[in-house]
Amino acid sequence: MEAMNINEMKELILNYVVKEYIDDDVKITCETPLISSGYVDSFSMVSLLVFLENRFKIKIPPSKATPEAFDSVNSIVALVNQYLKQ
Amino acid sequence: MDRIPELYLSFLGILKTGAIAQPLFSAFGEESLFVRLENAGTRAIITQKKHLQKVRKIRGKLPHLEYVIIVDEMKPADLATGEVLFSLDNATPVENFDICPTRAETPSVLHYTSGTTGQPKGVKHVHYSLISQYLTSKWILDIRDDDIYWCTADPGWVTGTSYGIIGPWSLGVTQCVLDTGFSAQAWYRFAEKNRVTVWYSAPTAIRSLMKAGDEIVKSFDLSSLRHLASVGEPLNSEAVIWSEKVFGKPFHDTFWQTETGSIMITNFPGMKIKPGSMGRTFPGITGTVLDPSTYKPYPDHGRAGLIAFRPGWPAMMRAYWNNDEKYREKFVNGWYLSGDRASIDGEGYYWFIGRDDDVINTGGHLVSPFEVESALLEHPAVAESAVTSKPDEINMEVVKAFITLKPGHTPNPDLELDIMNFIRKRLSPLAMPQAVEFMDRLPKTRSGKIMRRVLHAKEWGEEIGDIYTLEND
Repeated sequence: MEAMNINEMKELILNYVVKEYIDDDVKITCETPLISSGYVDSFSMVSLLVFLENRFKIKIPPSKATPEAFDSVNSIVALVNQYLKQ
Repeated sequence: MDRIPELYLSFLGILKTGAIAQPLFSAFGEESLFVRLENAGTRAIITQKKHLQKVRKIRGKLPHLEYVIIVDEMKPADLATGEVLFSLDNATPVENFDICPTRAETPSVLHYTSGTTGQPKGVKHVHYSLISQYLTSKWILDIRDDDIYWCTADPGWVTGTSYGIIGPWSLGVTQCVLDTGFSAQAWYRFAEKNRVTVWYSAPTAIRSLMKAGDEIVKSFDLSSLRHLASVGEPLNSEAVIWSEKVFGKPFHDTFWQTETGSIMITNFPGMKIKPGSMGRTFPGITGTVLDPSTYKPYPDHGRAGLIAFRPGWPAMMRAYWNNDEKYREKFVNGWYLSGDRASIDGEGYYWFIGRDDDVINTGGHLVSPFEVESALLEHPAVAESAVTSKPDEINMEVVKAFITLKPGHTPNPDLELDIMNFIRKRLSPLAMPQAVEFMDRLPKTRSGKIMRRVLHAKEWGEEIGDIYTLEND
């Protein structure tokens, strides 16, 4: 995978989240709570996990794929970064 | 609608007009909405602007649907024919309203539930259900006048209406509603802030709280909690023991179904709890476990069979909407068949074993393998599909799809994701396969029927059993 800086990563994930899970008239940012605000439910979180693993060629263990870790684009980027570095 | 005030007010308003309320989960995709609205012949739907696109996509195929009431601000020019705006804040109060006189057997609520085959079935309840819901809210959930009650279920499902609206409000209790997704921190904060005393939740949520750890519980003052109960799927013994440890009181498991309308088997206050047991039948309910070969109760205890109840309790379903045949199949030898299996011990406690059919109970919600398989076949790459469950630490079980592809398509991770998202949007997040396995061929009988049980056994590490009918390689 080509190297990507943090901002590009944020943009990529934010765009995917908006496209797949967010209603047309809702505006979200990288800080917007996704799980705890109900934009992404815990079942749908699995598809977001698959997207991240496919796109970044990483494997995130189930124990780390928690609602807290997926609660904003920023926290997702932090999680992905941990596994990109491994 | 999401869990907004308009949902609760309109539910009661529909009952007062004498119409039937048909609750629909706001996360349903257009296909799930369509089959339920078409089957019911629904004439009006109340929704929010955010869900309007889904309704508009299917409206042309629903000739019975006359009105779409939108409880948000919108420009009148943006409305389509038959769409009406309603604002709770700006509406003119009605001075006089003649409440439709109802009798005990007047239909009240139509909830849809999934079965192994066919489309979801509409479970018809009547106003007489109130008696069951009132009594069980009082004696099982132990709701008292000064309680602050929190039912975490969405009114798109039966718990959210029987025990999220009708039961508690028939007792006049104050209840609070949290319309957000799950987060241990947010849930504890909500219970603390509102001084919740009675909490009715689900095993999936309790296991998620367990996963979040014990330390986080200590950061909140949850001393107001007086009674805890659980519903939706069997509550594992570890969850009961954990809640005693961290909250100082156990979650009381309760068992019932969309069809039963109210709690049937339970651990009520004051009763000895055996962690892992469903409890005993609620006084007034006659329950048993039937021998599956004779449909007669076992003469002795400890044997696995079908959970069944003697019909006649007030909240029992009165029909499957437009489906008398399926309704009649639910009664054998004067017993209502729940579709679940259990054993009863010497003290009358029920011990859950599993479903008696292929229906998947994921996080307390029933998903029909047939419905998911049918939707999968609409994906352009899918040739054949078989859907079963796989074990899951939090949701007990989740949906898994086995798929063969049409010529020209090859298995790859992006296709897997595309298929998952296809089902999520078409049906609902609950029905989305949490795993997709591509196969060269599905196990079938010689007559060509897909052997779902072979795949189920593989996922659960069980014996595959008799496969003499399996198609030869």
